[in-house]
Amino acid sequence: MERVIYLDNNATTKVDDAVIEEMMPYFGQWYGNPSSMHSFGGRVAKSIQEARGRIAELLGCQADEIIFTSGGTESNNTAIHGTLAAYPRKRKIITTRVEHPAVLSPCRQLEQQGYEIYELSVDRQGRLNADELAEVLDDNTALVSIMYANNETGVIFPIEEIGALCRARGVPFHTDAVQAVGKVPIHLKDSTIDMLSLSGHKIHAPKGIGVLFVRRGVRLVPFILGGHQESGRRGGTENVPGIVGLGKAAQLAQQYLNDENTRVRALRDALEAKILATCPDSMVNGDRRNRLPNTLNVSFEYVEGESILMLLNQFGICASSGSACTSGSLEPSHVMRAMGVPFTAAHGSVRFSLSRFTTQEEVDFVGEKIGPIIHRLRELSPFVKSA
Amino acid sequence: MWDYTEQVMEHFLHPKNVGRIENPDGIGEVGSLACGDALTFTFKLGPDGRIADAKFQTFGCASAIASSSVLTEMVKGLTLEEAEKITNRDIVERLGGLPEQKMHCSVMGHEALMAAIANYRSKGKVPAAAPKTGRIVCTCFGVTDDEIRRVVRDNNLTTVEQVTNYCKAGGGCGGCKGQIEKLIEEVQGEKVRKLRSHPEPQPRKLTNIQKIALIQEVLQQQVRPAMRAHGGDIELIDVVGNRVLVAFRGMCASCKLADYTLKEIVEAKLHEYVSPDLTVEEETDTAERPAAGGEN
Repeated sequence: MERVIYLDNNATTKVDDAVIEEMMPYFGQWYGNPSSMHSFGGRVAKSIQEARGRIAELLGCQADEIIFTSGGTESNNTAIHGTLAAYPRKRKIITTRVEHPAVLSPCRQLEQQGYEIYELSVDRQGRLNADELAEVLDDNTALVSIMYANNETGVIFPIEEIGALCRARGVPFHTDAVQAVGKVPIHLKDSTIDMLSLSGHKIHAPKGIGVLFVRRGVRLVPFILGGHQESGRRGGTENVPGIVGLGKAAQLAQQYLNDENTRVRALRDALEAKILATCPDSMVNGDRRNRLPNTLNVSFEYVEGESILMLLNQFGICASSGSACTSGSLEPSHVMRAMGVPFTAAHGSVRFSLSRFTTQEEVDFVGEKIGPIIHRLRELSPFVKSA
Repeated sequence: MWDYTEQVMEHFLHPKNVGRIENPDGIGEVGSLACGDALTFTFKLGPDGRIADAKFQTFGCASAIASSSVLTEMVKGLTLEEAEKITNRDIVERLGGLPEQKMHCSVMGHEALMAAIANYRSKGKVPAAAPKTGRIVCTCFGVTDDEIRRVVRDNNLTTVEQVTNYCKAGGGCGGCKGQIEKLIEEVQGEKVRKLRSHPEPQPRKLTNIQKIALIQEVLQQQVRPAMRAHGGDIELIDVVGNRVLVAFRGMCASCKLADYTLKEIVEAKLHEYVSPDLTVEEETDTAERPAAGGEN
């Protein structure tokens, strides 16, 4: 494939060149173990502290509230299992039907072990109703875990309102913010969030590094046991290059936050307008007024997602679909189903997710190609009664 | 990313015989929007009794489109007796292979061809979308025991995973995997029987408390996952003697199961796992739940 137009940034992102540059010395040159009792290792420990500081700055929190993990999935698992272990008498978790599998899977396993899992519903626009949370919060609730913004639709949830409800009941509140960080301003110091998950590879750092923010004073039992790293909160020798890279990526994310919300948002809006104008029977999934600036989820009725992706792929255009046509999961995504998107539209949903590297020219190119692709597939479809 | 062969990509990017023949001799429709793929196949016979023209319309992934396209090429020039001998394996071979998880696309092509031939032979009495025969095993995708037996036989399948790849059965909530295993044993006999040994559930006399607990367990493990996979849910309201009162929630309307009411599916599961004496009743107004243990 020659040309790649990458509009799948909610899946993963390009590692920024500046991030790679910052990481490089920590492979061959500064490879010491930060826990070692020599200054060669001690130097590395300093770099980790520096990175921790940069991330704390992006999130508006204290450096000692940052725990490095292997990524979003580990952060979510740690928040869930670590909180339950801290409150062994409480047997209920509240989450949503549209969470990422990194939250839903551990919850469903816990349900098998006797925990009560309450999944809040969303409306047709993918919006959460905080009143429903208020109704089900009780003294038996060990944890509320609700994503900051949805990975498929980009819909942003009323996180502070949710956090305030939890705080009033004295229930710890965790949010999976892997899609929100770098796109939405986050200031944890003045927030009601107790724990927050962040993933490196969603913000132009490499895969395999993430963060769990744990507010000072929030009780959490370590999930991965081993050495005394991360002040005894997460065992295992630190992923030093990853941590250093994430530090740089956090610094860049802060710099580009405005760009994401102005230039990238305008590109996304232009792509959206072009698609709706050139593809009849298409519609945007998710609340358009309250969405991540980079995400666009469109349903094309009567055509199937994989076919659309394969034809986009012919032009080097990378996107993803809410419909995974494998025999293991032939059904449309749980997010589309929870929103009540009709089957006719859910199977043909495509997500375009932009980044700060996306250009006007790329968006124009995709906007030109998508119309003919949809038209062509509809000609094949038995559900279109065309002339 | 799927590892498709050149032939699959060729038929996907440049599909042959797209469309619908006007006044066809035979028409077959399989699949549905709800299931994620669907195919309409039409053919016309020539004066020599051979298939002179065949066309398709497909909603589905690349391999579904390629399977349909290649099928229309394969049947042209054949007599119906010859066309009938085509199996999904032949479609797969002509495509140079399909990923295991996409085998159901070839099965769908084969089913559409069979449906179209049946439609012709019955002079239109068998409708294009022929009613399914057999008993529904996979409630998520509406796959019957007859269909499962056929893919097992035609493709010499020995595992549940294979069956899922070939006809989707078991690919939703997974609650029917035990039944699929039994069907494989039934078709394949000794070849697979010694691979596994599952004790038959023993019929037993249940106390009331055991019965309610078991009903809860079956609903939780066998029924709820299927319902949730479709964006719905079920709640046990009460058990009064052998009457099981349940309430359905969420959206379960727009799927294939419309023919089979949810009540029947739940009842079948409870008969199988708890007791054949149970009847399921749907509680429509959950605002007025009967008091626990109350006879009404």
